[in-house]
Amino acid sequence: MTTQPSAKSIPPLTERDDDQHAVGGGLSGFDASAEAIYVAPNWKLVWWRFRKHRLAVFSGVVTLIIVTIALVPGFFSTQPPEQIDSLRTFIPPQRIHFFGPDGFGPYVYDITGQRNPTTLMMEWVPDESKPIPLGFFVRGYDYEILGLIPTNIHLIGVSDPAIISPVHFLGTDRLGRDQWSRLMYGTQVSLSIGLVAVILSIFLGVLLGGISGYFGGWIDMIIQRLIELLQSLPPIPIWMALTAAMPRDWTVEQVYFAITIILSLIGWTTMGREVRGRFLALREEDFVTAAELIGCSKPRIIFRHMVPTFMSHIIAASTLAIPVMIINETFLSFLGLGLRPPAISWGVLLQEAQNLQSVATAPWLLLPGLAVVITVLALNILGDGLRDAADPYS
Amino acid sequence: MLQYIIKRLLLLPFLLFIFSVIAFALIQAPPGDFVTSYIAELAAGGSAVEQAQIDALREQYGLDQPMTVQYVKWITRILQGDLGVSLDWKKPNAELIGERLALTLLLGLFTFIFTWAVAIPIGIYSATHQYSALDYFFTIFNYFGIATPTFMTALVVMWLAFKYFGVSVTGLFSPEYIDAPWSWAKFMDLLSHIWFPMVILGLDGTARLARVMRANLLDELKKPYMEMARAKGMSEWRLVMKYPVRLALNPLISTIGWYLPLLFSGSVIVATVLNLPTIGPLLLRALITQDMFLAGIIILIYCGLAIIGTLISDILLAWIDPRIRMEES
Repeated sequence: MTTQPSAKSIPPLTERDDDQHAVGGGLSGFDASAEAIYVAPNWKLVWWRFRKHRLAVFSGVVTLIIVTIALVPGFFSTQPPEQIDSLRTFIPPQRIHFFGPDGFGPYVYDITGQRNPTTLMMEWVPDESKPIPLGFFVRGYDYEILGLIPTNIHLIGVSDPAIISPVHFLGTDRLGRDQWSRLMYGTQVSLSIGLVAVILSIFLGVLLGGISGYFGGWIDMIIQRLIELLQSLPPIPIWMALTAAMPRDWTVEQVYFAITIILSLIGWTTMGREVRGRFLALREEDFVTAAELIGCSKPRIIFRHMVPTFMSHIIAASTLAIPVMIINETFLSFLGLGLRPPAISWGVLLQEAQNLQSVATAPWLLLPGLAVVITVLALNILGDGLRDAADPYS
Repeated sequence: MLQYIIKRLLLLPFLLFIFSVIAFALIQAPPGDFVTSYIAELAAGGSAVEQAQIDALREQYGLDQPMTVQYVKWITRILQGDLGVSLDWKKPNAELIGERLALTLLLGLFTFIFTWAVAIPIGIYSATHQYSALDYFFTIFNYFGIATPTFMTALVVMWLAFKYFGVSVTGLFSPEYIDAPWSWAKFMDLLSHIWFPMVILGLDGTARLARVMRANLLDELKKPYMEMARAKGMSEWRLVMKYPVRLALNPLISTIGWYLPLLFSGSVIVATVLNLPTIGPLLLRALITQDMFLAGIIILIYCGLAIIGTLISDILLAWIDPRIRMEES
């Protein structure tokens, strides 16, 4: 969290090449502008270094977009995600055309369905005589922003209220539900599961890892053996068994939290090791010894001097842990052991594409997988960038 | 060395005990005991169950006794080689698991060899040709390999193979060999099918391993002993293979400990999608139908494989890296 707000509060640098010195870590120039490095707080150094990694910055932007979708999925979708239309099943994705006969103006062609006389399957073809104009910030179905503010404005949708046929950017599934809107809502669930599971892992990891590294001795021994034991368990079968043990009559919310707990039960061990290692390494650092010598209290040393130093490491490690959690939730739900309908997550969406037959009928059902790949890629590259930047003195 | 191995081996029974307790706790976790679900299943099938029979079943598994007694009964039966009968398949568990376990191990080992055979050359190339076009290509490939869930790769490739070549790549055998007894022809048939799940399953590991190898080797290549050897006129190729590669491999050996078990247990998802006759899909079905004794045994097997994986990596590491040997003794 330290890097994000810093984006808006870059220090007023007098010279443009100032950060070049800072990032390079070189002591080549002792001119006045380079002094900024010596007085800059840790998070500023991290930010200057992170900025250099263009791909990571780009991934950060992609992550922000995904987070925005997760916050207000209703704004980005075109239909209520549960809306069933038995007459409009397995519609392939409708292509968006950006330039019409009269300049820029996105539109899609309406589709008409015919039943194939031999296979009895509906076959959908675009009807080029009926373009449906699309508009931005159009009024559609009612939803609530963050469950608080009721509204009906959507980012994109059919701009002419007279046209009633809905548009499906990513097609529809076997019940005629709009895949695009479901993907938007799935983003909320999948991303937040990853986040909540990682927050739980951090809590457990920082608590137990901190205790382990701070007290040492037999407490350290026990916690380390516990971590080793948990890490040597095969995670996938254990998760499967635990999720399968969830009572069938649990509500969506109960299952949701149970899954985050199950995922973080093994996930905290990595974080615990990381925190303990940092604690042990920092205890030997000069600035900690200095703080001890001038008589700082223990809590002050820990929270004022040690925690801010490894905070960036924790953030980097958790950024790298979120995609792992997302993939784990996806595969559990995909196998039918994780979230269950009516909950919507990427795993639940991919369950529709579980076998060759459904994939062959409607390949677009695999598209939620692309969302998984993009999100995981963005978070991994962002995490790598943060990790490299986390140690600005190296 | 021997002392070190014996030390590790002595830990085994203790670990196995803890894992068996965990596996037992897991199969006890679902609400109701398994006899309840068995009776429910029989009743759903239309056959009435006599109270005497229910009591006999409960007696046999010690279900009316405290947990500790139940655990002791359960583990004793397993240790005596009696794996029980699957209520779902109506077959002995041992028979169900037997061949599938062998195939799981085979697939895991094949994937493991594939991963190392591909990842290490890629890692060496990327490190020695840092920032070359191929290095960038491999880096991108690695990122995608890690980001794509294995079942996604399996689904996409399966679909493409079906769409463009009209072939179904599922299963490990051709239809005529599925129920056939083992023969040379069946084995060859297996080999002609196993490469596909092997590649799918190994992609993610290959990507990770290549990345680690590249990073390790890059660290080594910067060290002064490289300059020294070059100054003495050693050929670049021999130099790289003889010193830095060997050193860079050390940290990789320690990954065997978690990677090998992950291959065995991680294949659950891919095996389900590709419909492979391994123990993964068996576990999934057992968990869904609440066939908890079968599930418990499979989880125990996975735990056992995890222990063996760790053991192998510990021994290999001690064998390769003298520093670890010395430290222990």
